[in-house]
Amino acid sequence: MNKTIRKVAGGAGLLAVSLALPMAAVAQAVPVTSAEVTGSTPTKMNVSNANVFNRLLKKETDPNPDPWEDGYHDPENEATHALQPPKVAYEGWPRTPFGNHVDWVKALNDGLINPRYDRVDPTVEPLVMDLDIVRPVRASVPDVVFPHKPHTEWLHCSNCHPKIFIPQKGANQINMSAILLGKKCGVCHGKVSFPVTTKSCKLCHSKPKPEDWEPPVSEASLKNPWR
Amino acid sequence: MKDVTTRLTAYWKAAALALVASVFWGVSPQPAHAEYGDVIINNYSDAAGMRPAVFPHWYHRIRFRCNVCHADLGFKFKAGGNKITMAKIIDGKFCGACHNGEIAWSVENCGLCHSGKPGTPTHIHGSTVQRLVAPTYKPVQQGTN
Repeated sequence: MNKTIRKVAGGAGLLAVSLALPMAAVAQAVPVTSAEVTGSTPTKMNVSNANVFNRLLKKETDPNPDPWEDGYHDPENEATHALQPPKVAYEGWPRTPFGNHVDWVKALNDGLINPRYDRVDPTVEPLVMDLDIVRPVRASVPDVVFPHKPHTEWLHCSNCHPKIFIPQKGANQINMSAILLGKKCGVCHGKVSFPVTTKSCKLCHSKPKPEDWEPPVSEASLKNPWR
Repeated sequence: MKDVTTRLTAYWKAAALALVASVFWGVSPQPAHAEYGDVIINNYSDAAGMRPAVFPHWYHRIRFRCNVCHADLGFKFKAGGNKITMAKIIDGKFCGACHNGEIAWSVENCGLCHSGKPGTPTHIHGSTVQRLVAPTYKPVQQGTN
């Protein structure tokens, strides 16, 4: 019964489309209301506003606002207007969808910037170490590869060792909660260097799991009396 | 409308305010943001009648690598954790290592650093903790949404 109705409805739709086709040019001329353009549905008054779209999604309107419009600098302060807008500095840099919305490591490697390694002497070269540390992770996400190279291009060994990371295999317990709260990698990542977002996971979690890898099944599932 | 308002108890007023606030935050475009990594330092500024200092990490990263300030000059990785004062700066410590009229402009340009909106607390702008939907520093109340 249902099937027949659907068939009839489908046929009617096809008919409607074929009829509408010659009239497409006419239809284009019909003005569209703003509600149709934005896709918003008209809501009745006195109804709960709890069902708005993207209730908890915070979206940045302008990733690199000018200092006098950024909401933090005081526009009443005359010197604020003498500050350099970040947009000007970032012109021509590779972009990213998070953080400052520019790729600092690539900008450095491509020679777009050459920040000093010494306060006064611009000729001092950084102590770069090229050593990757692989950290297998329990979760199903790819394993972590920590590259010393881009880190030592910016930092000195003493910035991280031994206070933040003990330079010894297996000595450092790291988890995402600690990072999000500003510990371990989170001392910089999430504050100045690229932050933890869905779009940046794979920058650290970059080594695919072995072909035969299966996620460990949680004990609650193994002991599930109802399965 | 006036009748309705007068009949509302304090509880309902608070609930209505919370609803209006949540709707405002959910629907309206987010207010403008400072640059990611900007540090607003207001340990002593407000109390001294100055605007809080704003440190633009991005501007300094273009000119210096992290180690210069965070290893050589002894800046801790903590917003407000260095207890910087103007006395230390004019003695050549912290910002004063460069902002001395030799490497960078000198301290008489008060407003270039002290440019934040008064009353802004010390923090790193755009940090992950700050961006979380539910704050982590106090327990989340269940069932309030």
